[in-house]
Amino acid sequence: MADIQQLKDMVTQVRRDIVRQVHAVNSGHPGGSLGCAEFLVTLYCEFMDHDPSFNMDGKNEDLFFLSNGHISPVIYSVLARNGYFPVEELATFRKLDSRLQGHPTTHEGLPGIRIASGSLGQGMSVAIGAALAKKLNDDDKTIFSLHGDGELQEGQIWESVMYAAANNVDNLICTIDVNGQQIDGSTDQVLDLGNLQAKFEAFGWNVLRIKDGNNVEAIIEGMREAISLSRKRKPICILLHTEMGNGVDFMMGSHKWHGVAPNDEQLEEALAQNPETLGDY
Amino acid sequence: MKEYTNSGNKDTRSGFGAGLTELGKKNENVVALCADLTGSLKMNDFAANHPERFFQVGIAEANMMGIAAGLTIGGKIPFTGTFANFSTGRVYDQIRQSIAYSDKNVKICASHSGLTLGEDGATHQILEDIGLMKMLPGMTVINTCDYNQTKNATLAIADYEGPVYLRFGRPKVANFTPENDDFQIGKGVQLQEGNDVTIVATGHLVWEALEAAKQLHEAGISANVINIHTIKPLDEEIIIKSVQKTGCIVTAEEHNYLGGLGESVARTLAQHLPTPQEFVATQDTFGESGTPEQLLEKYGLNAENIVKMSKQVITRK
Repeated sequence: MADIQQLKDMVTQVRRDIVRQVHAVNSGHPGGSLGCAEFLVTLYCEFMDHDPSFNMDGKNEDLFFLSNGHISPVIYSVLARNGYFPVEELATFRKLDSRLQGHPTTHEGLPGIRIASGSLGQGMSVAIGAALAKKLNDDDKTIFSLHGDGELQEGQIWESVMYAAANNVDNLICTIDVNGQQIDGSTDQVLDLGNLQAKFEAFGWNVLRIKDGNNVEAIIEGMREAISLSRKRKPICILLHTEMGNGVDFMMGSHKWHGVAPNDEQLEEALAQNPETLGDY
Repeated sequence: MKEYTNSGNKDTRSGFGAGLTELGKKNENVVALCADLTGSLKMNDFAANHPERFFQVGIAEANMMGIAAGLTIGGKIPFTGTFANFSTGRVYDQIRQSIAYSDKNVKICASHSGLTLGEDGATHQILEDIGLMKMLPGMTVINTCDYNQTKNATLAIADYEGPVYLRFGRPKVANFTPENDDFQIGKGVQLQEGNDVTIVATGHLVWEALEAAKQLHEAGISANVINIHTIKPLDEEIIIKSVQKTGCIVTAEEHNYLGGLGESVARTLAQHLPTPQEFVATQDTFGESGTPEQLLEKYGLNAENIVKMSKQVITRK
């Protein structure tokens, strides 16, 4: 188990990786990636029992599925920093012939990625399928997934939510990144999501909330609670409240940085706010 | 001229059900998913015998495709079952991203394809599904001709690694291929040797092609008849070899002439051996309500039209 400072150092380095990847190709999605850095670092470094040598079936391992694939810079960084592939490969992000496609894919054979995502709304169904396979295989490991809050506007999500509860898929912990932002504005303005806790509960899920989703200690506490709730005949939903662009002050609190790359000066400013901890690629 | 015997009309969907029942017993990695059409897809036996490996997903086809993709992660071989329309058009993006692009070993099994769903009409009939599926990189597309072949194909695709679209239908049609035949994905089957015209057919129109060959024979025309059960990958060799001899070709399918078998054959011939071709297929139209027999007659998907098109294409040599 890593100590808190190690996790925080990893988060700072992951933030550097995110802004550098997006800056290098002048495209990609820094806002949501930065918002989920603390969560994914904590999940991979503290909670998941996973094997960086990677095989697709992932038997007897915890598995993670990223449903909102546009935040690829953060998952690429977290996977690389956990030994799935060389950190230097982050420099190929979104470039021709790279395994690090704009949105994650199995097609290029990147270790750590088990499903393509990008077209939204599909990841919860896939996570359910993987969870059902674990049950059939008498494999007691857990399936984790991450979804954007805007992504919940896709109808397929609610097909999945209904299915998981009706079929007691209780080895599944789905986290919703509640940052309140989507491309065209706030989720309230674009299509109000209403009371998410009440919605998931009405569908039969165990729901818990991590109010400060950019605080490592709060995430650890929330995740421990989520895991303790698993295997109780209900799927689990974590409403993770994050700040889009967290850790880079000028990117925070606005949907403007959903899918925009920083220029040279902005990159330097972002890096200055996040001193190097584990070495850049 | 070789005679084929109809051992009794049977529905192809029951061939799928029988194949799935057999797979249930012999391959414990096979799992099945259905979107509220278990009876229509003849999945009841599998569901009853292997409840732990059968997933009723309800009227939620998109979720079904995603769950199927997820089940492959863990080594399962999922067979999804619903009508062809809801197996393809309704869930195209799910199949594209979570199955085809993600290289997942899912078998998409589609019943009630084409016009012969009958009275339900155009909302439930699909005449575009072969085109939709064959355009997906890595997707294998199979359209079987009778009960036996559907059963044999169902068994064969379980042993094949990769996404497969298996298309079959509702009505009872002639059952004439050998029981326990060795189904080879991607290999056309030479049914009848002939020199004047090549007829390649898929699905239950293969039987109509054989009927047409008989009528042509009586008119002094010898037809070379080929069963193309796998539309992708297409057995180009068997087609090219045949038209080298006959110099003209008719394709027959229960599908739109855009995007179907005929178009795949036309592309192959355009590249290798440009050949006069006629298309027995629907002509870019939606279907309508009617009995299967009425619909096949109205849209010209029968032996009579294959004969007519064969005579027509011979004049274009």
